[in-house]
Amino acid sequence: MNTLTPPEYLPEPPSSSPTTRHFRAEKFDFWSFFFSGLTGLATLFIIGILVTILLNIIVNGWSAISWHFVSTIPKKDFFDANTTGVLPMIVGTSFRVIVMTIFVIPVGVITAIYLTEYAANTSNVTRIIRAAVNNLAGVPSIVFGLFGLGFFINFVGKHMDALLHNPTAVWGQPALIWASLTLAVMTLPVVIVATEESLKAIPPGLREASLALGATKLETILKIVLPQALPGIMTGGILAVSRAAGEVAPILFTGVAYYMASLPQHLSDQFMDLGYHVFVLSTQSPNIEQTRPILYATVLVLLILTFALNIVAILIRARVRKKLRALG
Amino acid sequence: MAETLIPKPATSAASGAAAKTATPLIDIDKVSLYYGASKALKSISLKLEEKVVTAFIGPSGCGKSTLLRCLNRMNDLIDNVRIEGSMRIGGHNIYDPNVDVIELRKRVGMVFQKSNPFPKSIYENVAYGLRLHGVKSKADLDARIEESLTASALWDEVKDRLHSSALGLSGGQQQRLCIARAIAIKPEILLMDEPASALDPIATSRVEDLILDLKKEFTIVIVTHNMQQAARISDQTAFFYIGELVEYGATQKIFTNPAQKRTEDYVSGRFG
Repeated sequence: MNTLTPPEYLPEPPSSSPTTRHFRAEKFDFWSFFFSGLTGLATLFIIGILVTILLNIIVNGWSAISWHFVSTIPKKDFFDANTTGVLPMIVGTSFRVIVMTIFVIPVGVITAIYLTEYAANTSNVTRIIRAAVNNLAGVPSIVFGLFGLGFFINFVGKHMDALLHNPTAVWGQPALIWASLTLAVMTLPVVIVATEESLKAIPPGLREASLALGATKLETILKIVLPQALPGIMTGGILAVSRAAGEVAPILFTGVAYYMASLPQHLSDQFMDLGYHVFVLSTQSPNIEQTRPILYATVLVLLILTFALNIVAILIRARVRKKLRALG
Repeated sequence: MAETLIPKPATSAASGAAAKTATPLIDIDKVSLYYGASKALKSISLKLEEKVVTAFIGPSGCGKSTLLRCLNRMNDLIDNVRIEGSMRIGGHNIYDPNVDVIELRKRVGMVFQKSNPFPKSIYENVAYGLRLHGVKSKADLDARIEESLTASALWDEVKDRLHSSALGLSGGQQQRLCIARAIAIKPEILLMDEPASALDPIATSRVEDLILDLKKEFTIVIVTHNMQQAARISDQTAFFYIGELVEYGATQKIFTNPAQKRTEDYVSGRFG
């Protein structure tokens, strides 16, 4: 009785000898090796393409970039590598992206708020709106350009001129505002989807807590939901900027100019654009060999500008995130 | 409408004792609730007294949380919900079309199962409801926040870090912060939906102590899965089973000498 015997329900101590238990694989697992190798190769392939493109542009374009190049308004003959510059294109592209962002963010966010917070999820109206948003994302960008021409310039612009009794066309012609609005329509789905996702990710418990304290739905959305969704909304904005900065087709009929002697001063002015300028340099040049360095340099400037716009947005988002995490 | 929804504490204190027995604070009369076609509550009638802790118990899906959420009209948020019967608080039908739901929710506070502090500072969590209801000055806010954090037994733990994130608090502290947030706007009724079910035993007992303390000032309705908890903290207990109110009475009676066989089986752990 006084010897300590383990109770019966305890498992038997392991008695197996080391030879019966080993964890080494019996044989080489070919398929496992094959698929991990395949996924690795696919990744390498993608990185390879990206590096090739970037290196090609940087190596060929870097030498043609100078302070003179980025700060000069060129003469009409902008194919001469010694005198040309891209200042109006940098300004034009930046402006159209910024004006687009000013329009697309509020409209996209308000639409997303309607879809997630107000519309009944099961109703046909919501379903139709969702389908429309998704299809909008699939429309070719040249179609947006034609839409911009038909709707913004020939309809909205012309009517504005008529209402304002303008003797000559001020708004009823291609302009910075119309190009930006066309881009805003094009990038709307990106912002809507990103905002919807970030709104959905907010725990329902937070909304309930706010409503249970006697907040109205609007107060809950403005004070609890939107601040939390801000980083997600900004992600949508960043995606929209990236998409829009390089697009040429939507602005072709709605605002871009082949050449302008001065920088755009007004929303009703036309503008020059980096992407379109790349197209012009590569198709209209009288001397391709002479134009090639500035073509590369212009592409590089466009890449850097897109990158810079992204970095600024990402930095702002990081600040917002940090602030939300710290306090809110 | 808003002022007359529930008698003000001052008036109810003056005419208190007499009025208390005459009209119960919460009068649920033949309430049925449908989610679409399915009937979740079957003609529930229940009268709850002022400054009493009432526990709703019953197996999952019995409708106790649904009934609780009727009391501050949180069910309004769900599509396809239909409610029949009348539900009166302080003599006023809270489902009357003229009722100001905002005012109702101000008078009938709620604490949820999963603690849900806002991702803001501790201070801002409590200040949120106060600001919504018009408390603006810094001095008033400070005073009310200290008062409610003290009442929820959290003040000593957080007074030195009021402006740090509420998400840094432990689970039990977060739940007590949610209670502080709810009582800051001075509701008369406090609804608690399994407030301690996600907490460890020590945090649970602190929340239970708090409930017993809050009873002096608030009428509390608590949904719980924990029989011992119901027995420890409630004065009255209502037992629900598949949408029906099986038995309602003094907690002691429900747990020691229930009238119904089903209640006895449930509280003694034979089913549920």
